[in-house]
Amino acid sequence: MVLTGAEIVIRCLQEEKVEYVFGYPGGAVLYIYDALFQQEQVRHVLVRHEQAAVHAADGFARSTEKVGVALVTSGPGATNAVTGIATAFCDSIPMVIISGQVPTAAIGQDAFQEVDTVGITRPCVKHNFLVKDVRDIAATIKKAFYLAKTGRPGPVLVDIPKDITIAKCDFEYPKEISMRSYSPVVKGHQGQIKKAVQLLLEAKRPMIYTGGGVVLANAAEQLTKLTRLLGFPVTNTLMGLGGYPASDRQYLGMPGMHGTYEANMAMHYSDVLLAVGARFDDRVIGNPANFAEEPRKIIHIDIDPSSISKRVKVDVPIVGDLKDVLDEMIRQLEAAPTRPDASNLAAWWKQVEDWRSRKCMEYKNSDEIIKPQFVVQKLWEVTGGDAIVTSDVGQHQMWASQYYRFDKPRRWLNSGGLGTMGVGLPYAMGAQFAHPDMPVACVTGEASIQMCIQELSTCKQFRLPIKICNLNNRYLGMVRQWQQLFHGGRYSESYMDSLPDFAKLASAYGHVGIRVDKPADVEGALREAFTTHKNDLVFLDFQVDPTENVYPMVQGGKGLTEMILSAEDL
Amino acid sequence: MRHVISLLIENESGALSRVSGLFSARGYNIESLTVAPTEDASMSRMTIVTTGSDDIIEQITKQLNKLVEVVKVVDISEAAHIERELMLIKVRATGKDREEMKRTADIFRARIIDVTDASYVIELTGNQSKLDAFIGAIDPALILETVRSGVCGIGRGDRVLKL
Repeated sequence: MVLTGAEIVIRCLQEEKVEYVFGYPGGAVLYIYDALFQQEQVRHVLVRHEQAAVHAADGFARSTEKVGVALVTSGPGATNAVTGIATAFCDSIPMVIISGQVPTAAIGQDAFQEVDTVGITRPCVKHNFLVKDVRDIAATIKKAFYLAKTGRPGPVLVDIPKDITIAKCDFEYPKEISMRSYSPVVKGHQGQIKKAVQLLLEAKRPMIYTGGGVVLANAAEQLTKLTRLLGFPVTNTLMGLGGYPASDRQYLGMPGMHGTYEANMAMHYSDVLLAVGARFDDRVIGNPANFAEEPRKIIHIDIDPSSISKRVKVDVPIVGDLKDVLDEMIRQLEAAPTRPDASNLAAWWKQVEDWRSRKCMEYKNSDEIIKPQFVVQKLWEVTGGDAIVTSDVGQHQMWASQYYRFDKPRRWLNSGGLGTMGVGLPYAMGAQFAHPDMPVACVTGEASIQMCIQELSTCKQFRLPIKICNLNNRYLGMVRQWQQLFHGGRYSESYMDSLPDFAKLASAYGHVGIRVDKPADVEGALREAFTTHKNDLVFLDFQVDPTENVYPMVQGGKGLTEMILSAEDL
Repeated sequence: MRHVISLLIENESGALSRVSGLFSARGYNIESLTVAPTEDASMSRMTIVTTGSDDIIEQITKQLNKLVEVVKVVDISEAAHIERELMLIKVRATGKDREEMKRTADIFRARIIDVTDASYVIELTGNQSKLDAFIGAIDPALILETVRSGVCGIGRGDRVLKL
């Protein structure tokens, strides 16, 4: 069948069973949009800014097991998409981004809306392609989807010049793709797994530390089974929340800069640490030199060999698909003649419970002023702990991660690696498209929400009943907190003056806006949002304590044991 | 420590910038980098000379392997190997310097490949230190221009880097 390049692009998306494409049209992609218009299988979501298109596709991918797809035009379309692409790259999210490019003959001529998109995105994609021949489109898109979702997932960009979308050729979608230069490992090394199991069985102070890899690999079930089988304490990083049920007794909360005392102490003083799909990043272990002071054996399972022994030297590296490796570990453990020593484990748990009894997550509530932690706790209660929660970046992100207890994976969407303000609303959009019947809440702040606030218009167009919980403290809260703690209280440019009336702004966009001033009204407002206004987008503007800080805290560059637990420690 | 890393990479546009971009983005050193197609025109071979601790070299190898277009990576300096570099050097050659320059070139087994009444172009192949030594052996005032290819490396004996 002879088709145009544009038709081939759409046919490829159909073959990949793509339900939604998030995008924004423009000159270089007009033919692709024309082909999109003439079919119904692939639906297009028109956003109001290309950055939001990529974030929404990213949110769609995070909340499902699918590849998110975004479509943007050349030049500014592509550069606007870069923040979204980099965000997805840092958190290893499977995505395909299709960008238009000026016609082949115009490339390099400084044409209108021309940028070197492949060059600009090269450091923040898993891979990218410039298609130079219409006959290469189908194979390239096939490769793009294959690369995006296999191995360590990531965004893949396909740049298509306009003349290629008009040219014609015979279309056939390749069934299989093989690349001699790309063959990700799946099965873990048997010998290494055996060594790891042995270490786990002999451990006296074991700890399980898991990251976003568990969520991405859909290995939460395996992780839970293994953890219960071993009876060890477990911690999930910011990216790994929901990988193990937060309400379970073996769960110690999140580790790291704003993690719990018990999780950090147990990480630090463990004698065997099992790291699963995590990468020992600076927000988790703090200073690697301090972390290395305490001797411990580390087992590290990861799909990406370059994540292993990058910041911390590992004793038993296991490269492979987490699901596969954990299944094999469980099999070997069940077959093993011995069990971890019960008395050692009991002594270790006694120590862990002792750390837990510090109750580091307690905060002083107030009848006068709304505490941000209280809003998140109430959100958790009102939604029965089973909403999809997105966040932006800053204090509210930390409170959402600390006080909303995630029992299931793919319920918590946030920008962990890049820390991109503005992702919250578009993530919620992507998640709501993927799960039209689930409650989706966006926990944000008055600064972050304004970075993609134009998407309230998209939400109107598609009637997305997202609940926005704005923890409005009139400050760039995390910046203010650091300035208070480390810059002598000089609040340089961290005050948000001239804020809009968010409730009115929401209603101007045709949504429901509710301003909440008193602690006593928090629960009522949330219930109203999730019941009376179940089918509406509700913008809840909570006026929260402007001076509240996120605790516990490990200061940048310090070690996990040097925690500030509360304001009294200052 | 100095390492010589050889890799096979798909011969596609942009492949070189993926490799050089990786080094600059992650702050690794490149002492020299050479690249050209192999006998199989669809594949290029690169030789990268770099320095770093064992941990850094391990990361460099892993990160290179992670690039989608990289087919194979080997640190050839881990075992017996041969390194060669080509240098073309244009020198002033007049009067008594002319004969002296010819003699020095002979000692280094270099070849004079272009002659004018005032200059020579000398071709010299060898490892880096031999090329450095030649430069050290002639009067710096006589050097008009130098161009070096960067290091090409290959394993000795049975060690073969092939698909």
